[in-house]
Amino acid sequence: MSFPLLTATAALPAVGAIATAAVPAERRTAAKWLALLVSLGTLVLGAVQLVRFEPGGDRYQLTESHAWIKDFGVRYELGVDGIGVALIALTALLIPFVIAAGWHDADPLETHSSRWRPTQGFFALILAVEAMVILSFEATDVFLFYILFEAMLIPMYFLIGGFGDRAHEHGDEAAATQRSYAAVKFLLYNLVGGLIMLAAVIGLYDVAGTFSLDEIAAARANGSLDMATNTERLLFLGFFFAFAVKAPLWPLHTWLPNAMGEATAPVAVLITAVVDKVGTFAMLRFCLQLFPEASKWATPVILVLAVISIIYGALLAVGQRDIKRLVAYASISHFGFIIMGIFAMTTQGQSGATLYMVNHGISTAALMLVAGFLISRRGSRLIADYGGVQKVAPLLAGTFLVGGLATLSLPGLAPFVSEFLVLVGTFSRYPAIGVIATLGIVLAALYVLVLYQRTMTGPVKAEVRGMPDLKVRELLVVAPLIAILVFLGVYPKPLTDIVNPAVQHTMSDVHKKDPKPVVEAAQ
Amino acid sequence: MNPVNYLYLSALLFTIGAAGVLIRRNAIVVFMCVELMLNACNLAFVVFSRMHGNLDGQIIAFFTMVVAAAEVVVGLAIIVSLFRSRHSASVDDASLMKL
Amino acid sequence: MENLIALLIAAPLLGAAVLLCGGRRLDAVGHWLGTLLAAVSFGLGVALFADMLGRTADDRAVHKHLFSWVPVEGFQADVGFQLDQLSMTFVLLITGVGTLIHIYSIGYMEHDENRRRFFGYLNLFLAAMLLLVLADNYLLLYVGWEGVGLASYLLIGFWQHKPSAATAAKKAFLVNRVGDMGLSIAIMVMFTTWGTFAFSTVFNEVGETGDGRNTTIGLMLLLAACGKSAQVPLQSWLGDAMEGPTPVSALIHAATMVTAGVYLITRSGVIFNAVPDVQTVVVVVGAVTLLFGAIVGCAKDDIKKALAGSTMSQIGYMVLATGLGPIGYPFAIMHLVTHGFFKAGLFLGAGSVMHGMNDEVDMRKYGGLRKYMPVTFITFGLGYLAIIGFPGLSGFWSKDKIIEAAFAKGGTEGWILGAVTLLGAAITAYYMTRVMLMTFFGEERWRNAPTPSPAEPSVEPAAEHRGEHAEPHPHESPGTMTIPMIVLAFGSVLAGGLFSINESFVKWLEPVTSLSHGDSPVSEGVVTAATVTVLLIGVGLAYAQYGRKPVPVVAPRGSLLTRAARRDLLQDDFNHVVLVRGGEHLTRSLVYVDHTLVDGVVNGTAAGFGGLSGRLRKLQNGFARSYAVSMFGGAAVLIAATLLMRAV
Repeated sequence: MSFPLLTATAALPAVGAIATAAVPAERRTAAKWLALLVSLGTLVLGAVQLVRFEPGGDRYQLTESHAWIKDFGVRYELGVDGIGVALIALTALLIPFVIAAGWHDADPLETHSSRWRPTQGFFALILAVEAMVILSFEATDVFLFYILFEAMLIPMYFLIGGFGDRAHEHGDEAAATQRSYAAVKFLLYNLVGGLIMLAAVIGLYDVAGTFSLDEIAAARANGSLDMATNTERLLFLGFFFAFAVKAPLWPLHTWLPNAMGEATAPVAVLITAVVDKVGTFAMLRFCLQLFPEASKWATPVILVLAVISIIYGALLAVGQRDIKRLVAYASISHFGFIIMGIFAMTTQGQSGATLYMVNHGISTAALMLVAGFLISRRGSRLIADYGGVQKVAPLLAGTFLVGGLATLSLPGLAPFVSEFLVLVGTFSRYPAIGVIATLGIVLAALYVLVLYQRTMTGPVKAEVRGMPDLKVRELLVVAPLIAILVFLGVYPKPLTDIVNPAVQHTMSDVHKKDPKPVVEAAQ
Repeated sequence: MNPVNYLYLSALLFTIGAAGVLIRRNAIVVFMCVELMLNACNLAFVVFSRMHGNLDGQIIAFFTMVVAAAEVVVGLAIIVSLFRSRHSASVDDASLMKL
Repeated sequence: MENLIALLIAAPLLGAAVLLCGGRRLDAVGHWLGTLLAAVSFGLGVALFADMLGRTADDRAVHKHLFSWVPVEGFQADVGFQLDQLSMTFVLLITGVGTLIHIYSIGYMEHDENRRRFFGYLNLFLAAMLLLVLADNYLLLYVGWEGVGLASYLLIGFWQHKPSAATAAKKAFLVNRVGDMGLSIAIMVMFTTWGTFAFSTVFNEVGETGDGRNTTIGLMLLLAACGKSAQVPLQSWLGDAMEGPTPVSALIHAATMVTAGVYLITRSGVIFNAVPDVQTVVVVVGAVTLLFGAIVGCAKDDIKKALAGSTMSQIGYMVLATGLGPIGYPFAIMHLVTHGFFKAGLFLGAGSVMHGMNDEVDMRKYGGLRKYMPVTFITFGLGYLAIIGFPGLSGFWSKDKIIEAAFAKGGTEGWILGAVTLLGAAITAYYMTRVMLMTFFGEERWRNAPTPSPAEPSVEPAAEHRGEHAEPHPHESPGTMTIPMIVLAFGSVLAGGLFSINESFVKWLEPVTSLSHGDSPVSEGVVTAATVTVLLIGVGLAYAQYGRKPVPVVAPRGSLLTRAARRDLLQDDFNHVVLVRGGEHLTRSLVYVDHTLVDGVVNGTAAGFGGLSGRLRKLQNGFARSYAVSMFGGAAVLIAATLLMRAV
């Protein structure tokens, strides 16, 4: 038996989480370093996966399969396709930055005793989330995936509810109330989605008699598993609802601004760049593969909702007064693009959506982490409390601008490639929707530049004066992210090579072919 | 004698016990009424055992006695400590277990 | 030789990367490094040009495929360059004028603590602009297109601590993004039509589409061109863009970037030729902007804004010419090049004047400066003569050809266009003479003039270093500034004439734009005579108004038209009321809706459950006996239900 690479990639952070939590209370710094090392080790394993994965090979590779709950046919089945392996790489890549950026976010205040433990908890929870997210990208058993999909809510709940911006901490009851409201809202929204999905999972087992993605897909393909139209649609809706909450799609989005607004910046990155990707990933893997006909049936409605997300999220971002909530609404707009790309059912759209997931993760991380550094300096999330930062901290302002430009999909940076692919892919099948979505790029410019103008330019505000520029640790967090954004913007080929075959499989799952160019078709 | 009559007796005892639990305030009395209900059940089990001609009912009756004995130990201990702290054995005085 | 093309872009890109990432260490050498790399790029351009001249006309275009950029099934976006006569012209203009302006900026930005960053941005601009003109497909062109937009954003907002500069930068980027939207839609239509957006395929297969696709593509490309080249209805950003340092206005907002729209239309000429209706729209846009810019230019007292109005108007000429089809393309490009020389020269002159006048921009506070700044006066004067089309100078050759081509359009249309272009020429003469007279002639109004208050947005920040509150002491600028002005003045005088010898420029471009002469209803001589006549009328009117009478230091109220023109013909007011206010209301109400309606439903559900549980919780009263009652009750109900089920 070969080395279980997939299990190892998820097991390392899981074990690391337990080890980090077990570090004695006083040895906080050791716990931080341990967590960082574990996340770097996971990054290495993720890189090994990328290398071992053969783009031209089988659909699912590096597979592992063991019996788990025999009575219900639940198996511990793992396997990655190009999309999965790309997202695992993204997750493994971002976590070290999240840990490094949140280095001091859970330090004890002076009022705490030396036996205060949440520092260990903070980093252990981050690693726990990483383990579960990675395993959910690997799971090819529906039940196993469901369990992970739900279980990752628990550490996330504690991360959101337990750790706020340090500056708010000092006896600020209102902030604590807000935070617990946000955490509960996050949990409830996702639990409701998860429960509906659970019903659909059970229903699927009832119809198919197995939880194995491979077996169900094969049975569907050779016609031995025939679902009644209505059954398929209901099951599809059950799955899709859960993923749409997590993604989040309008109008199920309102938990995200609260959660991202109240959580610390690294946790906000964890939410939007990592955990939410499970939702869009699952749409591609489960909705399209298991219920191709129902997916096509629902496409028009979903596309309309996606376009509403794009425009609505962008407009609301323009109207925000809080930096983090602004980024949250921008993310809602971007998730609209991703979902639109997935359901446009074209090669370009789906490749674009997959690239978008990766690129959005990196660009939002860059923007949000720098925003977090900014907020930690002034102790306020309100845009109006800033002004003229560029003059005082040019490096901070510069990296913030690059993050912002990535968010507005400037050509030359990675998000442009994916956004354009999504737009082209959508346009070639649904021109009207494509054109409306293009309005999103103007609005994106508006919210990013307004944010930059109000915080970074203009006369230097009194409270901003003397603000220190980025420290070495912070620069080490941001610079690699920017480098990756530039690299993937200029040369995305390594990524597209991995993603393309997986997209071809998905396209054949839904029996769709790209629309032919008009001229070629005429000949 | 018709075994059904024992069932009537059992039902009567159970009703008396239930009424006692609902009406009396003294914890000791309530406790004894609970015992009465348990024993009413035991009686019914034994009768059923007899009627059906197998030993299942008797086994459960013994089982119940063991559990009841354990319950007496715990219950009396609670009542005693309650009495010590509040100088009263009234169940209505101990109404802290609410939201 | 083709390999040099990539180097052409790489040199300034490297400069930008080094200067922007290098930090304060490079402050001392940053400007030299930036200038050097711009010059290297120019040198490479000249080498390529020499190489190109060595081949016959049909072999001159070279092609270089670099690497596959976004390979996705059915979608091939490549990074490849195409260097033909049209791109070559632009490469020389961009790197040539670019290098001169780098040199100029060394002096102009001397006192600015962020000079290194400034040069980094300038280099970034050069790289993006070169990418724009060298790309061999529309998607790569789009990268350059947005790249120059970014550079323009950064440079307009270079003095970020001024709110007006930051706002102007944002506005420029946003308006440009509207145009970019047009370009991206055009690319999407191309993709669905031909499955590619490479120039070679698209241009070869234009004819084969039928339906309205070409029309859509044409209109969307025009929208893009309007955004970048500040044509009506997307012109509002250019005036505000003058908040940037003057070298930026010269390089980006006069000579190169704003002409990208003309490049785009000329490059896509095959598409436009296929749809005459769209060409009519192009012509109308050009004609309207031509007059719009000219009228605005007449009313502005800010020297840079007057020149900005003029830029808009001159680009209107070029766009109009491109709308005429093959009879117009070469002249549009020729005017673009000559305009690049004289308008850059004029802006640098304006910068030099401001340099000597404590960064005052209000022409009403200038006057009689020719004595104090002789070099500036002469170079500016030559630029002035060139732009109004004084016979023999550059502007005359190129503008005259456009007017001829307008008449040659034929029919009523031709007469209207001819009349518009002539009218434009008259107004050009008028407002440029006005600028000239107010700045260099007349009494010295800056003496004892109230110095600008620090709160006034037009005060440039470097003014602090230059003794802002003292009375200005006009003086000539240093050599780094005057030499580029002199070089550009030579270009302004000679370029047009050189290009016109034997129609060399038109023939040079022929393989790209194809050559055709229209039949003008009016002979060349008549057109030239008419041009010179309207020129004299314009100059005469301006002289009567500003030369004979003293210019009041405080602007008179003026007629309705003047007041409207001062406010950019109310375009901004329209934008403000409709777009800005409307947008604010929309977002504000959406925030409200999101909070009360979308979130309200959720919170309402939560509150509903909360209320229900609050009521249910009353059942937990803590009395053991009431629990017992509910237990017995429950047991009774269960037994009853069981019995009932049995019975049924």
